[in-house]
Amino acid sequence: MTFRRYLVLGFVSVSAPLGDTFLDVGMKNIGPVSLAHFTTLFHAVCTPWVASGIVLLIAFFASYLTALSWADLTFVLPATSFGNVIVALLARFWRHEQISLSRWAGIFLITAAVGFVTRGPSYTEHEKPVAVLDIEKVCQ
Amino acid sequence: MIASIVVAATVGDVMIASAMRQIGDLDEIKAESGLLGAIRAVVTNTRFFFGVAAMAVSFFSLLFALSHADLSLVAPASASLTVVTNTLAGKLFLKENVDKRRWLAALCVCVGVVLLAR
Repeated sequence: MTFRRYLVLGFVSVSAPLGDTFLDVGMKNIGPVSLAHFTTLFHAVCTPWVASGIVLLIAFFASYLTALSWADLTFVLPATSFGNVIVALLARFWRHEQISLSRWAGIFLITAAVGFVTRGPSYTEHEKPVAVLDIEKVCQ
Repeated sequence: MIASIVVAATVGDVMIASAMRQIGDLDEIKAESGLLGAIRAVVTNTRFFFGVAAMAVSFFSLLFALSHADLSLVAPASASLTVVTNTLAGKLFLKENVDKRRWLAALCVCVGVVLLAR
């Protein structure tokens, strides 16, 4: 694991909740959308907050796929779960919501989980199938 | 209802993880073939599309569940159970080295998500 890969994992943790929050802010600005005027949703996509939210969510998925190409699913999972912590912190410091003691306990547990996992190996190496090795020998 | 969310999400995550393992290190592919080469490698993988389809099933199952039950029940239940099933599926199907550290992390995330929802 290089510093750059830790940055990718950090981006995975942060981008999804940020994207969801931007979508929330954008749709709250627009107001309730009725089925009779559902085309409003297409206009909503063009507003800055919603468009930024969509870009962030696309970036989240791209970085999630990148992380899965060099780390195990069970290594990346706590990073995606850390997004719940980000949502709670955004609720506290941006939306000024109160966080109860049990929610702080949840934040601590998820943070601890990320810490446990990142101290271990990130990828399980598998042996190449024998047939592939034979083909490589023939081609040499 | 929650079971269908959890099962579909787990199948989706495992299929996508398996697809990415099959494709290989995206950083190396990007270095050799550029960003377009990396994108082509992902979108031409069959397992990736099955994984995305399973994630779509999970999403619509979530919408169905939310039409019948409260978010405060559905969200933490499905999120915490998905962590456990993903860990189990990672060990069984992806043959990942899920040691005590990762099991402990999965348990912490599971309890942490439930506490966050309270």
